[in-house]
Amino acid sequence: MTRQTNTAIRQQCDRIDQLCRQALELSGSAGPLGIMEVCGTHTMCIARSGLSGLLSDNLKLISGPGCPVCVTDQSYIDRALHLAMECEPRPIIATYGDMVRVPGSGGSLAEARASGARVEVVYSADQAVEIALANGDTEVVFLAVGFETTAPGAALAVLRAHNENVPNFSIMTAQKLILPAMEALLSQEDVRIDGFLCPGHVSVIIGWKAYASVAAKYARPCVVAGFDAPQVLASVEAILAQLASGRTESASVYPSVSAEGNARALELLDEVFVASEASWRGLGAIPESGMELREAFGRFDAAVRFGLPDFPSREIPGCRCGDVICGRLHPTGCGLFGSRCTPRRAVGPCMVSSEGACAAAYKYGPHDRGPRQ
Amino acid sequence: MSDTTHIQLAHGGGGQLTAELIEQVILPALGGPQKTGELTDSAVLDAPSKRLALTTDSYVVHPLEFPGGDIGKLAICGTVNDLAMAGALPTALTMALIIEEGLEIALLKRILESAGRTAAQAGAPIVTGDTKVVPRGMLDALMINTAGLGDVLAGADLGFQRVLPGDSIVLSGPLGEHGLAVMARRKGLSFSSDLLSDCTPLSQPAAALVEALGGELHFMRDPTRGGLAATLADLAGGSSHNVEIDEASIPINPTAIAAAEILGLDLLTVANEGKLVAVVSAKACDTALRVLREYQVAREAAEIGRIVGQTDTGQLPLVEMITKIGGRRIVQMPYGEELPRIC
Repeated sequence: MTRQTNTAIRQQCDRIDQLCRQALELSGSAGPLGIMEVCGTHTMCIARSGLSGLLSDNLKLISGPGCPVCVTDQSYIDRALHLAMECEPRPIIATYGDMVRVPGSGGSLAEARASGARVEVVYSADQAVEIALANGDTEVVFLAVGFETTAPGAALAVLRAHNENVPNFSIMTAQKLILPAMEALLSQEDVRIDGFLCPGHVSVIIGWKAYASVAAKYARPCVVAGFDAPQVLASVEAILAQLASGRTESASVYPSVSAEGNARALELLDEVFVASEASWRGLGAIPESGMELREAFGRFDAAVRFGLPDFPSREIPGCRCGDVICGRLHPTGCGLFGSRCTPRRAVGPCMVSSEGACAAAYKYGPHDRGPRQ
Repeated sequence: MSDTTHIQLAHGGGGQLTAELIEQVILPALGGPQKTGELTDSAVLDAPSKRLALTTDSYVVHPLEFPGGDIGKLAICGTVNDLAMAGALPTALTMALIIEEGLEIALLKRILESAGRTAAQAGAPIVTGDTKVVPRGMLDALMINTAGLGDVLAGADLGFQRVLPGDSIVLSGPLGEHGLAVMARRKGLSFSSDLLSDCTPLSQPAAALVEALGGELHFMRDPTRGGLAATLADLAGGSSHNVEIDEASIPINPTAIAAAEILGLDLLTVANEGKLVAVVSAKACDTALRVLREYQVAREAAEIGRIVGQTDTGQLPLVEMITKIGGRRIVQMPYGEELPRIC
């Protein structure tokens, strides 16, 4: 066995380097160029494959708000904890696993479970409906978080509960839309984003043409990629090829994604949800960036059913997840990183989530601690 | 007795029911004398050699039966393999059962027969044991403890201190099959029938390595809980040398890769129960691979990396992986059970 140097990959990295130079020359700016990924799976793929270390010094891959757990505002976690601990009789909280350990102001759902809260980890929203059907005398609340990827599942669960008249099922929604967040990121003065590496899963739903408005309005190439390192490299190369030739378009290198997306899923989302203002960790309130249940399904809104109070949006002291999510700060630049904040004892959500930028940097570090010096 | 199909508290009471359970279920499955009356308080053994290996482990797994194995087979393999990694062949095993009241006796019988078969296959007689029954709810169905006494083979000289820069790291086969098979069954995932636990005794391939390599074999470990990542992190920490592995050279089971992908797990951190990692001198690497590949359970053995030199004083030793695309990343000791991801 010898060290395998993948010639094709090396050649591609050389091409990427060349394109970076051309793009910088054309723009007349100094490097490095910044390409942001807005998908947690891409964040993990880049870290796991050690990709950054292979790329040009003139290029910086920046992790953006791609992990659903990370962008969920503190106030949502506090609300979920309130629901789990203060409402009597105690409802069953059904949630994706990643949410269980995210700390709120007064502990995490995992800690709440240890003190008697009923928290069940599910793989799909539909499983939460099943739990409701199996526990007819207990309220079951599904924590609906995530982007356009998880939203159709939540919508289907609500429709099922509606059609089968499941009285003890409701959802607490923090579903988010990716495009408004990308626009909010571009309005930041202090982060250089020259192009977006667009998410594969989300784009299966919304289609790669959905990014055309961002690409045109802000003059930033947006290219959808699948989930392995060759896909990420292909997307990076396509973004740079656009920049080097002065184009800014939406495109895809991921064959599973169509231009228009999944019409049935989009209809479903429109049937059940309506766009509303949502709070994002780090980005604050963004108009029309969230999904709220339509009036026809209002009875499945846990906030209404339980009369849940609003909680103030607080930041965890010392935690800079907000800056990490916005691409202002590399995880290793946070004062808590690796000392007070580790995957074992995480302070912020970016370290808790298996797809968070801090967890990726900690697990697969130091070759992914930002651009090479 | 009123219920002959399920374990009752009285089965652990030391009376007639206990004797019946031992005579009708345990002894036939595990081998040994026909009657409890022939059992003595202790097994008396002849010492096989001057260097003995001794190990113990307790086994809890849910579900008790999983694709490719069960808790009985696991309890034998785990202990036999711990002996094997010390360069020892098993001389005798002990087995203690702690059973929850209400366990189906037919299930217990299947599990013990599986343990008996595996012990016979590994050449490891079960010479003594114990049975306790605890009230319903105090235990999840069944816990097994086994201890193993082994005869350390002449020429086996293994340990962290023997690991040297330049040594090759050999892995006997693809990763993650046990952990993923159990997890897939537990979560009711549809591919669970395609994925079998690799649970198997490794005494023979391990002994063959010792015999063929002698002093050129420096270290062995079976990457069980925590997977290859934990084993390599221990290897780096224990030997104070850096470790480097090549992702492209790690043997692959495509079903396990797909399952890990679905569950959001890193294959390097998933448990194995029938794989071994051996550190051998570079010049003995080809021999090690040839010897291992003669065994069905190690036919995919491959050199996956190397020991790359002492770390500087004060620097923590590091495990690095050269990824398939030629990048580099750290491999860390896993920090606990990973949670299923969202998407």
